[in-house]
Amino acid sequence: MKIGKIELTQKDFDVLIIGGGGSGLRASLEISKTGLNVAVVSKVFPTRSHTVAAQGGITCAIASADPNDDWRWHMFDTIKGSDYIGDQNAIEYMCSEGPEAVFELEHLGLPFSRFENGRIYQRPFGGQSKEFGEGGQAARTCAAADRTGHALLHTLYQANLKEGTKFFNEWFAVDLVKDAKGNVNGVSCFDMETGEVSILKANAVVLATGGAGQVYEQNTTSLICTGDGLGMVSRSELPLQDMEMWQFHPTGLYGNGSLMTEGCRGEGGYLINSEGDRFMPNYAPKAKDLASRDVVSRCIVQEILAGRGCGDKKDHVLLKIDHLGADAIKQKLPEIREISMTFANVDPIKEPIPVVPTCHYMMGGIPTNVNGQVLKTDDLGKDIVVGGLYSIGEAANVSVHGANRLGGNSLLDLVVFGRAAGRHINESITKNEESILDRDSVENSVEILNRLLESKKGENVFDLRKKMQNVMQTYFGVYRNEKLMQEGINKLQEINRLSKDIHLRDKSNQFNSERVEILEFLNLLETANATAYSALERKESRGAHAREDFPNRDDNNWLCHSLYQKNGNKVSKRDVNLKPISVDAFKPKARVY
Amino acid sequence: MLLNPKLGFTKMKNLILSLYRYDPEKDAKPYMADYKIPFNNDKGMMVIDAIRAAQEIDPTITFRRSCSQGVCGSDGVNMNGQNGLACISSVANYANSGRLEIRPLPGLPVIKDLIVDMKPFYEQYEKIKPFLDNNENIDTGHERYQSPEERQKLDGLYECVLCACCSTSCPSFWWNPEKFVGPAALLQAYRFIADTRDKQKIKRLKELNDAFSVYRCHGIMNCTSVCPKGLNPSKAINEIKKELRKIG
Repeated sequence: MKIGKIELTQKDFDVLIIGGGGSGLRASLEISKTGLNVAVVSKVFPTRSHTVAAQGGITCAIASADPNDDWRWHMFDTIKGSDYIGDQNAIEYMCSEGPEAVFELEHLGLPFSRFENGRIYQRPFGGQSKEFGEGGQAARTCAAADRTGHALLHTLYQANLKEGTKFFNEWFAVDLVKDAKGNVNGVSCFDMETGEVSILKANAVVLATGGAGQVYEQNTTSLICTGDGLGMVSRSELPLQDMEMWQFHPTGLYGNGSLMTEGCRGEGGYLINSEGDRFMPNYAPKAKDLASRDVVSRCIVQEILAGRGCGDKKDHVLLKIDHLGADAIKQKLPEIREISMTFANVDPIKEPIPVVPTCHYMMGGIPTNVNGQVLKTDDLGKDIVVGGLYSIGEAANVSVHGANRLGGNSLLDLVVFGRAAGRHINESITKNEESILDRDSVENSVEILNRLLESKKGENVFDLRKKMQNVMQTYFGVYRNEKLMQEGINKLQEINRLSKDIHLRDKSNQFNSERVEILEFLNLLETANATAYSALERKESRGAHAREDFPNRDDNNWLCHSLYQKNGNKVSKRDVNLKPISVDAFKPKARVY
Repeated sequence: MLLNPKLGFTKMKNLILSLYRYDPEKDAKPYMADYKIPFNNDKGMMVIDAIRAAQEIDPTITFRRSCSQGVCGSDGVNMNGQNGLACISSVANYANSGRLEIRPLPGLPVIKDLIVDMKPFYEQYEKIKPFLDNNENIDTGHERYQSPEERQKLDGLYECVLCACCSTSCPSFWWNPEKFVGPAALLQAYRFIADTRDKQKIKRLKELNDAFSVYRCHGIMNCTSVCPKGLNPSKAINEIKKELRKIG
């Protein structure tokens, strides 16, 4: 098939998984075992995916640190952490299925750290409690030192090698392809090494494309976190959910953005201001430095605004862990020490680490049910499953994190819902089922590639990307207000306009990195638009969305998800699920730590 | 605070970044091209930042990148003759000469610019069966027990990021990339041999017991001196050799 300047080849599969991070590899593992013809398409070799950077651990009530631990306590913490817009059925599913999913990882070989009794080591993390918030701090985060994401991702890749999963590594997925009825049945993509474009056809496409932290100037995420799946979905006129909810991690390394795990505070570290005072107890008397991430980030910003920031510019605070002792740091936080020494020239055994709130995680994403099936809504607001399309992991919004994710819950999300989507696909997809590609849809899916090949002059991707990152950082950061955001939206509109004239200077086929940068930027821009309009629309403060002009939570009007539609930049509301499966619903109450 | 007193406060204003360039679609042979990069150490400029700055000058420059904090292993390159990860190598290290030459990792076929064909490297990794082999008594409601001491045997082994800096600095791997497993994959082989949860220790050792797989290692130790994660493949290879002597 030839479309424009592009010669297309076609390959057929039962299932395609776009993304080779934790959720994608967990799903492919589940599907590989059954004999369906599944392939993973990843723009990097799978172990380079961003899951590898997760540090502190995977939170789950495996009852190792505390034999009486209960997944219902974890469920309560997660709902409270979400500021009550996490879906309670999905949270129940994650917390109750979690232990089995974590034990599976151990059985696959994940080198968890251990307690003396031989069980998996668990450390305290922010927002964790016993007895539904009444029994004090819990220690529920299962860890492999401070390299849990690395250990998890490598283990899952290894397990997939054992099962013989088919990989298309360094292939870039461009857009979704649908049949005449609108069911998804493939993706357009190209082999980055050769530049050859293909339509990969399948009866189920799973978007496991990860987050989009690169929309912000200061972020802890990999350069590849560019919201590719979100861009694909948004361009297919499907909605994105809760996109105003971005987590700013309290402790990104100052100046560089690298993550300094919450495990630092879990192990006993704490934050100090320029006066050397430990300030968190003033804001969160019970949980102190282990309050939820949104809370701690706002407290740091307030300390800085009050003139108690550290350094010449008084624009950061310090994370003190030296009192834990050299042995504990070397054993439990070795990677933290390495990163701190490399990027800040600070040895945390001797002095405190300079840190500042840094964009870390996208709570919002592609709306799905607990099977990972992508949802849209009809005119009456009723959920409809999008045929053939699944999404899992950070790209998806199932929604277990709501307005604020708890530390250690993202790795759990990856494996629980990766597995759930795999299982659902195994039950509902038949081998070698026929579907027909729609010619118009195929043409649309390679339109951008043709347009870039034909571009003769225009805008430079590096400039546009910097502008967009700067707008998001300045106008959609930790604190927001209407005036600021409206100004940000005006600037974003200008960037959107310029992006129509984006110019690909390099026309080569093989490993054309400028082409990849442009496609990534366009996906980021979809993400930025969704964030900006959703944030302007939500007129309250909830979780990570803190508005100076609406400082309180408004459960009467906003105990709901936001749904963003690219067409007309419309934002609508969708109900939160407040009906768990087997336990009583957790009623919204004031969120204090 | 962000300046290393040993390296910082340099007078260097510009770095001359000399990059290995090769585009198979138009170049008959590779060449080196120089780019003048403004040096700014306020945020601890790393080599990856310099390469990305060069890309903004010339967007056809190609290299692999992902995490930019030394955990994903994408950006292994050869910097002034030494292999390492571009994202955790400080530009200030090159302040004295003001010049940094970057070439692709040696010993693997170059596809374009700094991108090498990693297939021979990954094939060796797959050859050692890098996955836990133990289906005994799996209880889905419980993890397997392992003492902290047993677990500690995996420290220094499991952290490998598969960047290939070690294997591509090893002369034995250069000469026999198909037959010599190479330091990275041998480190992983030992990671599973040393894991008390794995049940195939003897089988794993037997599969390595030939003239090439392990014994092409002549203890040059380039692998250990270049490992950007501070791991010691050479030691792991010696442990394998000890185990091989035991099984005869």
